[in-house]
Amino acid sequence: MLGKLTIDALPFYSGIAMGGALITVFGALGVVALITWLGQWRYLWIEWLTSLDHKKIGIMYVTLALIMMVRGFIDAMMMRTQQAVALDSDGYLSPDHFDQIFTSHATIMVFFVAMPFLVGLFNVVVPQQIGARDVAFPFMNSVSLWLTASGAALVIISLVIGKFSTAGWSAYPPYSEAQFSPGVGVDYWIWAILVSGVGSMLTGINFLVTIVKRRAPGMRLMMMPLFTWTALCTSILIVFAFPALTVAAALLGLDRYLGMHFFTDGDGGNMMNYINLFWMWGHPEVYILILPAFGVYSEVVATFSGKRLFGYESLVYATVVITVLSFAVWLHHFFTLGASSDVNAFFGRVAPLIAVPTGVTIFDWLFTMYRGRVQFSVPMLFTLGFIVTFVIGGMTGVLLAVAPVDMHNTTFLVAHYHNLLIPGALFGYFAGYQYWFPKAFGFRLEEKWGRRAFWAWIVGVYLAFMPLYILGFMGMPQRLQRYYVAGWQPYLIVAEFGALFILCGITLLAIQLAVSIRDRAALAVSTGDPWNGRTLEWATASPPAAYNFAVVPHVHGIDAWWAMKQAGTAGHRPARFHDIIMAGDSSAGVVLGAMSFVFAFAMIWQIWWLAAVGGLGMFAAVLSQTFRDHAEHRILANEVEAIENRRTMAPALALGGPT
Amino acid sequence: MPAPPQLSKMPTSPHGGEVTIKPYLVGVVLALVLTAIPFGLVAARTLRPIQIFVVIGAAAITQVVVHLRYFLHLDLKPSSQNKLIALCFAAIVLLILVGGTLWIMFDLNYRMM
Amino acid sequence: MTDAVITAGQDEDTEAEEAERAIDEKAYGFWIYLMSDAIIFALLFATFVVMSHNTADGPSGHTLFRLPHTFAETMLLLASSATFGFASVAIAAGQRWRTLAWLSVTFLLGLGFVAMKISELYGMAVAGAGPWRSGFLSAFFTLVGTHGAHVSVGLVWIVLLGCEVALRGLNPFVASRLCRLGLFWHFLDIVWINIFSVVYLPGIL
Repeated sequence: MLGKLTIDALPFYSGIAMGGALITVFGALGVVALITWLGQWRYLWIEWLTSLDHKKIGIMYVTLALIMMVRGFIDAMMMRTQQAVALDSDGYLSPDHFDQIFTSHATIMVFFVAMPFLVGLFNVVVPQQIGARDVAFPFMNSVSLWLTASGAALVIISLVIGKFSTAGWSAYPPYSEAQFSPGVGVDYWIWAILVSGVGSMLTGINFLVTIVKRRAPGMRLMMMPLFTWTALCTSILIVFAFPALTVAAALLGLDRYLGMHFFTDGDGGNMMNYINLFWMWGHPEVYILILPAFGVYSEVVATFSGKRLFGYESLVYATVVITVLSFAVWLHHFFTLGASSDVNAFFGRVAPLIAVPTGVTIFDWLFTMYRGRVQFSVPMLFTLGFIVTFVIGGMTGVLLAVAPVDMHNTTFLVAHYHNLLIPGALFGYFAGYQYWFPKAFGFRLEEKWGRRAFWAWIVGVYLAFMPLYILGFMGMPQRLQRYYVAGWQPYLIVAEFGALFILCGITLLAIQLAVSIRDRAALAVSTGDPWNGRTLEWATASPPAAYNFAVVPHVHGIDAWWAMKQAGTAGHRPARFHDIIMAGDSSAGVVLGAMSFVFAFAMIWQIWWLAAVGGLGMFAAVLSQTFRDHAEHRILANEVEAIENRRTMAPALALGGPT
Repeated sequence: MPAPPQLSKMPTSPHGGEVTIKPYLVGVVLALVLTAIPFGLVAARTLRPIQIFVVIGAAAITQVVVHLRYFLHLDLKPSSQNKLIALCFAAIVLLILVGGTLWIMFDLNYRMM
Repeated sequence: MTDAVITAGQDEDTEAEEAERAIDEKAYGFWIYLMSDAIIFALLFATFVVMSHNTADGPSGHTLFRLPHTFAETMLLLASSATFGFASVAIAAGQRWRTLAWLSVTFLLGLGFVAMKISELYGMAVAGAGPWRSGFLSAFFTLVGTHGAHVSVGLVWIVLLGCEVALRGLNPFVASRLCRLGLFWHFLDIVWINIFSVVYLPGIL
């Protein structure tokens, strides 16, 4: 009746696990209670959960990312603490528990923090940057969001019911096969990956079509803002790389569920093919994570230097080269796994080539700042912190590309990828969050707390990860639950302090948000353009109307909004307004997400009747939407006029600073 | 729900122009020929295996092109340009990923022997 | 570097133009999805080739595959592509009942293909050559099964659209949906060409 699900699925095996489960349960109940007490269920359902407005979907994505970041960070804190104390001792975490934590930490950070964060920024910004009113497929956009949330929910519920995988975020066989991981942990991982993977793929298709087909009249490809360019390239990467992950996870699932022999130890299994398929996705994935951050940096550097981006064309070409190159280097993630020197040499020589377009990009930003009037706003601080720190991470990458070197799979590698992901990708998303927050909400984030958060983060990153480079040279492998080399401990203690600084950083960001909401009247932006921006998203109101642009702009060059301000057409009121038709709301997206959760949960616990229910529910949700042909929400011309009249039309003048 | 917009034309091929039966008939005939050849060779074994493999491969690639051209109406006109670019990019990625897989996996296999 | 002079207040697209644009976007988006599907199939093919000798002392393609059966399946699928093409002509000409007729034939041919496929795989499974027997068989079943599953989804889709055509007649929207189904259907025939060329014919040889 309930498949493999029994009372033993509850985490009575460990006090800490019990604690985690209780926090999760009470946290969820607390949120439910709060919403009920505030009487906001109807509001939430109508205005947010069923919304097909890309801006709201984007905000929900970023919200999901920030919430999951807290969970992923708690995992990190637990690991750092364990490693700081576990010299010649068992620490406070059993090996099994520690393994779950490093697996869930990475799984959450990559799939449920970084991906939703960047997709959220795309959603809020890209349609506005290209002068469009919506993405190409608004319903599919909603589906993507709720599938991603469903995957996140699966990882969260594994804290309460059952255990998560202990096979690492890459789930290598044979350990991840049923023979060595008979529990549900790897199944949680597989289904979270598959469900959210479909969401990601749909996002890739959506933004690819949106950018190719929905640009404002006159906006040619070489006039698009850099963030839109990176969104386009990221979408291409998603569409062509995620199939490999889907195949890898699905084949592993077939082995586990149907006793097949893709990656088993024996009976004709080929374990290396899993690793091949996983990294075929895994390498493009890191470029999926970093390109949007590069896009943010391009926008931020130009805006806060008061100058046009230097070398626009070279930045575009660099982005495209990175995109293409990222498909051809994946073996460098498994140099030590037995390939011949010919193979290793090829991939080892091609992989560091990525430093060339990356270097071009960084120099373009530096030249943009040179002789500009640089303002050290919070987004700019994150950008500068990124430039310095990322270069270090890049150089260690060149070191690792030397196949025979002895640091593979040590903490040197851990330091390397965190050095790129945190000051690279995450700082970019933070910069974008700070930069576009006023666009989305109509008030700015408070500067002082933002600065404090930045400094806590950058100090934390250095303290947490520089010692790991040294430890890698000293030979410490990654993922150790305990160790016996006394010389390692001081570095791990320093790293623990780094984690504490990052904890401060997260707390300070939370304080910043709370303070900003409290003081939102004082921080309000009267125009849509608080930073005296250059690109079209600053032409809309803050927050924008549902339709973004009352009148679709015509574009004739780069930095279209800047040009409009120079030409004096920025505040232009049209002679007449037209009716605007937008996509209506739909509950099918959130229902589909919920049904996908039911389906996946049932598949994990092998409750077949429930899986059938979930599957049929998913099918019904899709069916209910597919025969709708017409966007349903008509905003009448006089309503558009009224909305536009309510805007304070006083765009910042060319010489002014933030209003 | 607002009334559906009135489209003045009857539905036509999304590629513009009339949809006729001719491409489908041509495509089917070509496909039949390109199917019969490899099947026939395998049934009759009139060539050496390696030669038959080459014929199978060539016939397959040709038949795929026939399908793309006559059934999917993918041509070199501007209306097909976006799709053609997507297809070419997919083909390049496919070659890299499949080629890379075969190289890596057969290399590993060789070193395991 | 150009100075941009923006002329705002351009006439909006008419609703008809917007509808046409939406249809064009959907066709393009569906094409992109097919490209991603092509990558999935390509990786399943690559996996199959890598594992083609991993028979684990079990049966190989040579013992399991039968040329006439494969040829029949090929003919069914190719014919269904042709009949879908004839349906497309009828759709463009606005001929509702002819469209339904050809769609029905397409459905039957596709159903025949799936039936033959199921009987082949079932026969192999009960003869001890199921996907759990060896890596080679896992790869074979998955590649061929994924293709068959796609065809089955296509069959369901034909039924759904057939019902819509029967109940609501032909209009540009259902025509565009049928167009996307056509892309899907022909794409699956392309995948099948690769299946018999990479899996069956070399296996039999």
